[in-house]
Amino acid sequence: MFNLHKNHRNLVAISFVVFVLLSLFIAVMPAYQLQEVSPLPDQPELTTSELNGLHIFISEGCVACHTQQVRNIEMDKMWGSRPSIPSDYYYSKQRLDVWRQSPSLLGSERTGPDLTNVGVRQPADQWHLLHLYNPRSVVDESIMPAYPWLFEGKENPGQKDVVVPVPAKFLKSDKTKIIATKEAMDLVAYLQSLKQAPMPSTSTSEFIPSTKKKEVAALGEKSMLPDGEQLYMQTCVACHQANGQGLVGAFPPLAGSKIVNDENPEMMIQIILMGYDAREEYAVMVGFADQLTDEEIAAIANHERTSWGNNAPKITVEEVTKIRSYTLSLNK
Amino acid sequence: MFLSCLKMNSRKFSYLFVMMAMLLPNLVFAQSAPNPENWLTSPGIIGTFFLIAIVLIIAIVIALFRASSYIGTVKAKKLNAEKMAFNEDLIGLSESEIDEILLKRKQALKFKLAGEELGSAEQALDEKGLVSKVSHDPGAPLVDEKRKSPLIFETPPDLKKIIIFYLGASVFWLVFGTLVGQYVGMKFVWPDMDHVAWLSFGRLRPVHTNTVFWGWASMAMIGLGYFVIARTSNTTIHSYKWAWTAWWFLNLSVLMGNYFLMIGINNGGGEYREYIWPITLIFALGLVITFFNYYKTVANRKISEIYISNWYILAALIWTIVLVTIGYIPTYQDGLGETVIQGYYMHQGVGMWFMTFTLGLTYYYLPSSLNKPIYSYSLGVLAFWTQMLFYTMIGSHHFVFSPLPWWLQTVAIVFSAGMFIPVVAGTTNFLMTMKGSWNHISKSYVLPFFLVGVVFYFVGSTQGSLQAFRFTNYVWHFTDFNVAHSHMTMYGIISFLLWASIYAILPKITGKEPKQLFVGVHFWMAFIGLFAYMISMMAGGTLRGLSWIEGNYFIQSVVLMKPYWVWRAIGGSLMFLSHLMFAYNFYVMTRRPLVLADQTKKLDTITA
Repeated sequence: MFNLHKNHRNLVAISFVVFVLLSLFIAVMPAYQLQEVSPLPDQPELTTSELNGLHIFISEGCVACHTQQVRNIEMDKMWGSRPSIPSDYYYSKQRLDVWRQSPSLLGSERTGPDLTNVGVRQPADQWHLLHLYNPRSVVDESIMPAYPWLFEGKENPGQKDVVVPVPAKFLKSDKTKIIATKEAMDLVAYLQSLKQAPMPSTSTSEFIPSTKKKEVAALGEKSMLPDGEQLYMQTCVACHQANGQGLVGAFPPLAGSKIVNDENPEMMIQIILMGYDAREEYAVMVGFADQLTDEEIAAIANHERTSWGNNAPKITVEEVTKIRSYTLSLNK
Repeated sequence: MFLSCLKMNSRKFSYLFVMMAMLLPNLVFAQSAPNPENWLTSPGIIGTFFLIAIVLIIAIVIALFRASSYIGTVKAKKLNAEKMAFNEDLIGLSESEIDEILLKRKQALKFKLAGEELGSAEQALDEKGLVSKVSHDPGAPLVDEKRKSPLIFETPPDLKKIIIFYLGASVFWLVFGTLVGQYVGMKFVWPDMDHVAWLSFGRLRPVHTNTVFWGWASMAMIGLGYFVIARTSNTTIHSYKWAWTAWWFLNLSVLMGNYFLMIGINNGGGEYREYIWPITLIFALGLVITFFNYYKTVANRKISEIYISNWYILAALIWTIVLVTIGYIPTYQDGLGETVIQGYYMHQGVGMWFMTFTLGLTYYYLPSSLNKPIYSYSLGVLAFWTQMLFYTMIGSHHFVFSPLPWWLQTVAIVFSAGMFIPVVAGTTNFLMTMKGSWNHISKSYVLPFFLVGVVFYFVGSTQGSLQAFRFTNYVWHFTDFNVAHSHMTMYGIISFLLWASIYAILPKITGKEPKQLFVGVHFWMAFIGLFAYMISMMAGGTLRGLSWIEGNYFIQSVVLMKPYWVWRAIGGSLMFLSHLMFAYNFYVMTRRPLVLADQTKKLDTITA
């Protein structure tokens, strides 16, 4: 009928038309539909500084190694409290400007960690600045590129300058102090803004569980607690380091710390819950009251109290619960 | 008899396809429950192991072919030695024995030929140039002498120049693009190699991918396409001027695109869509011009049939123009709309552009370098339409378990499995064309490239389909396994087939051949390098995925990958070195006739 073997016009026209139809069905139509979502009720809009940070994030090609999607499978639980939904991208995935399109934030490689919830997981500005100046200064094994061009060196920093406490090992000269530029501050602001907005209570979005058999917990109270070391490695290690030594000038050591080794755990638990900003020589610590359950805090605290030469008595979940309600009532 | 046999075969194939199509849903939906405990027995993983084994076995077979020819020469030496021993026996003979032998010999020597016993008194002259080489030293080379290109096509000088310039640009971009690739690969091992903004990983990675895509492969394809279009239409190219304009547009866009990427201006980070729209517009114009030039040439053809290569080549151009247009129109790309388009664009960029075009080239260059017709025209047509139908639908398999609609992911997975049909059809067609000519492999420097390319076409594409299954995706997604897959396809299939085509055609139009040893060096370094690259990334990627499933903290999986990244850098270095070798071979094949004149002069003095 079309005589495709001999009629070049028909051949090209048919392959063109069919391909366009298929493309409309599989790409353009679903794309249109997916635009029609609204943001979640408690989802904040990006501030100007955060938006600038997003532009730098795209310019430097961070998306090549960092995804921003929590998949609906159990292994992705460590990156967020719920699977990502289209609304999550309402503000961040808009056209950047005339020249550049909506950023490809979902990513396709996790050479580095997923960033969906990094603002919750890693809330310290100082840590992010150090990490951007040279990732090896806070994470020994990291292979992330360093971004020294987002910083400048000054011998006498002014009052407004944000000085980054870079360890001497990573400095070229002892005299210059490393100052975060506006770009670095914007980028950190963007990273801090990455938090999963809470879902309205009516919705049901859950992880597909792995069919892997769960290890049956051994009897006894001890094993009822989650694995403290693992939680420490997920939540605390970035600043306090795997060996508990912290970083000189940035994050205090936990090994040999008076607070950690104190028989009375009250101060220690309070700091974990509410954060700490009493010592000038160290960066500010933020509180983890919203992120960690009493069981998790107890597990982490016990790990810290019995590792790296520390030798303090273990604490129970009940103690944490008591300190939490007491501390929260004080703060009200 | 032969024809009916062919018909039988193609009917059998169509039964096979129908059966496979019926099995597909079972295959795909059986994947839904991820169970990492017996990951080794999952069909996707077993299938992948099987596929890699195929390549390995074929490599071993090629190596064995080479080895057996070497053993042959060793045996010949042994025979020689036996003859020597025989001579020594002669010396030990007694006098009366010798006398008897000599007497017989004397009589034999007296016999004289009249000179006409063989029916002719004419002098032996190689009038038709059948003897290609006279050697006084038939010693033992390590491998078989490669057959010289038997004929030289009369090519219009304008066309010759166009092809050489397109291929020359592609060689430049290959060397540049893989140098960058090599450099970013080393950054995984030494992250503090440099602290320069425009050399940082995030900026250079897209420079690598875009250069080898739009610089190397695209330029090589279009250059090789010009020859196919003109030759199979039995006519001249519609406009050489258009071809030059497109050449400038395409190169300019890659040059400017890379510059912008390095100064930190990219379109939004979507893979292969990193060039901002004004630059992609220049590239698209180059494609549009090329399409019309090809189309007009085919329209002016001097034969009634459109050769199957031209189906693929014209379609690749028209589909890619549609693809780029859809990929860059902004109205439906806010929020996750962009993600749908990204999946569609990055997959079709490979499937509709590189794969379709290169298949078209193979449909011409493979049979022509074997000097026989393609096995089945109809299988080629079947593969063509199924390629369009299945490939178009599978983009979203890059986003399995993502917030994209579940139905979109399922369609993508089902059609990924459907890709078996065009892949099996294409592979069968090429292998059946090569059937009966296997002994040519050790005698040709072109065919090993074709064989590896065709085998990877089957292995790489099928492995990709298996990777789209939900379980395999569960283990491999986001890991370096993806990187292995993309090199297996873009390098194993596209680059090897393009090299095969270049080595097949350039000597025929320039009359200058590369040294067979250097082509061999190119082949083996590229192949071994690719293998090291692929295996290290696959093994590392699998372990990394399992580590994530175990719930280990993330940095453990980085530490785990370190040795594999070192191996990848080693494989990558081999691949890069092979490209330098290829660049030199290209230079030998295209250097100016001045050198050729020199050579003939030398030949003259020898024969005189």
